Amino acid sequence: MTRIKERFNSSKQLIPYVMGGFPDIEGTKKIIHALVKAGCEIIEIGIPYSDPLADGPTIQRASEAALEKGTGTLDVFSIIKETKAKDDYSPVLMVYYNLIYKYGVKKFANLAKESGVEGVIVPDLSVEDSRPWIEAAKEFDLDTIFLVAPTSSAERTAMIAEVSKGFIYCVSLTGVTGARKKLSSNLLSFIERIKNSTDEPVAVGFGISDASQAKEISAVSNGVIIGSAFIDLIDKAQSIEEGASDLEELAGNIIQTIR
Amino acid sequence: MVIDPEREKTIKEDLKKSHFGEFGGQYVPETLMTPLKEVEVTYNKLKDDPSFQEELAHYLRVYVGRPTPLYHAENLSNKLNKGKIYLKREDLCHTGAHKINNTIGQGLMAKRMGKSRVIAETGAGQHGVATATAAALFGLDCFVYMGEEDISRQSLNVFKMKLLGAEVIPVTSGSKTLKDATNEALRDWVTNVENTFYIIGSVVGPHPYPTIVRDFQTIIGRETMSEIEKVEGKLPDYIIACVGGGSNSIGIFHPFIGIENTSLIGVEAAGYGLETGKHGAALAKGTKGVLHGSLQFLLQDDYGQITPAHSISAGLDYPGVGPEHCYLKEKGLASYVSVTDEEALVAFKLLSVSEGIQPALESSHALAYLEKFEPEKKDPIIVVNLSGRGDKDMNVIADALGVEI
Repeated sequence: MTRIKERFNSSKQLIPYVMGGFPDIEGTKKIIHALVKAGCEIIEIGIPYSDPLADGPTIQRASEAALEKGTGTLDVFSIIKETKAKDDYSPVLMVYYNLIYKYGVKKFANLAKESGVEGVIVPDLSVEDSRPWIEAAKEFDLDTIFLVAPTSSAERTAMIAEVSKGFIYCVSLTGVTGARKKLSSNLLSFIERIKNSTDEPVAVGFGISDASQAKEISAVSNGVIIGSAFIDLIDKAQSIEEGASDLEELAGNIIQTIR
Repeated sequence: MVIDPEREKTIKEDLKKSHFGEFGGQYVPETLMTPLKEVEVTYNKLKDDPSFQEELAHYLRVYVGRPTPLYHAENLSNKLNKGKIYLKREDLCHTGAHKINNTIGQGLMAKRMGKSRVIAETGAGQHGVATATAAALFGLDCFVYMGEEDISRQSLNVFKMKLLGAEVIPVTSGSKTLKDATNEALRDWVTNVENTFYIIGSVVGPHPYPTIVRDFQTIIGRETMSEIEKVEGKLPDYIIACVGGGSNSIGIFHPFIGIENTSLIGVEAAGYGLETGKHGAALAKGTKGVLHGSLQFLLQDDYGQITPAHSISAGLDYPGVGPEHCYLKEKGLASYVSVTDEEALVAFKLLSVSEGIQPALESSHALAYLEKFEPEKKDPIIVVNLSGRGDKDMNVIADALGVEI
């Protein structure tokens, strides 16, 4: 049992997304520390990948920048290990399947567990092709967090709920990641539909960019995931110290609004 | 012909499902799973629908110009002295390559599904042009994703697509080539699934695409089979075709899979040479991995980051390869070899002067293999799939020869 579900059960969660190695490895550690100080308990950490097809321009650019600096799978695991030694939080990996498959499904799960990872999101792994991964994750006690989309039928939603552990990642829109000004119009009823089909916590991501959107969504779910909007903030800052402090303030505000 | 019915049955079973052995599958974001199912259900219905098949056959005949001839290249045969060489003339298809066989098929599917908008990825621009052509014919809005690198290398095809009414969207992410254009097309599809049909150009992508594209391209193999039987009274000993993603080769191979007397040889791009690491030979040098929705052999590093391919031929400049080819390789049902940029150029020149046919650089790879081919059989009949014509490559060839045009 990991602590992810527990954390959701005690309060609404803001899950920030951090790209491992962006703006650089030291910067990522500072960002994680700032987010924990702001009150984040679960942090999603991405491994940069050459072909991030579920991601919009912001995360693509962060991924490319991290790769250019030479950040790889092992670096991200050391970031997690180091930050967890200092701060109490539940790290959730966001990783494209090829990085798991090529490294070796079991070997990857083992290393993730050793590094302190509690849950793993694989945005390009369908339930249909997930059996080897689910088995490995179970063996090493990692939560398998699957995504459910507005296009998922009732039958698929049930299938996804069945294999999801920790929480279910509800994709707010048909599209890629990235901050949007407006939420999609049927979102609240979609979230309700998912909530009604599962006992697992439901967190909502893709397109969420500010506190008022976060408030509206967390009223009907267990939490929100924000990625691109936070990366934009770091991008705009003059220094990593300034970025981390801006992030701490914004994340703190959002947590206040949703709890 | 000798066909072992049991063996044929197991192979057919393997090739029917969402996976080809362990290869293939649907490694895509959840958002696409329902749209993929919709494409699959539609396709399975249309496959057995006589009105669809008639409509497709009609366009292939009067619009594409099928059947394409099987040409006995006597001069080339005499020069190379490897056997009796036939060329399957896909270069004579409308728009200059086999790509149109597939875009007409998928374009008709889009129409039947009531989708008003089609998208495509393209490397060299051949699939982009073929998609733009089908879209113009069927009155569909067309958006083609193309890497910025390829846009500058293939400006003629970009211009053509625009004149056909398509919008060409430059892709600036990653290596700015075909693989990134494919990512971007998938992102578009995720965003616009409601009204959009994604016309994939090769036997790659998530299930059911490798199967659909293969089925639309097997017309090449079926025609070859009846044409060669008519002139030779038997099937060929060897069939040779180039492999990038692998659509022209699967198209000509597929009807011959499991036939003992016909050996299938796929030719990959060795680029600057396999030993240089700068090539497109995923089957020869790749390892298993997941790209663009399916499990396949891939050019990648030890941690699974995809490494860029290289080939003088933009159509073979792809780090992956269709899952069915991976299956054929593993089962020993086809063999795969490779030739370098330089060898392909030599073959291009040879066919030009000996037969008056200028092949595409992709097809030149298949021809180039003849030079080093040592057939086991005596006086064999060899069919080479001439998948496209070389008009589009004149700038690249001039560059490689150091000529200014």
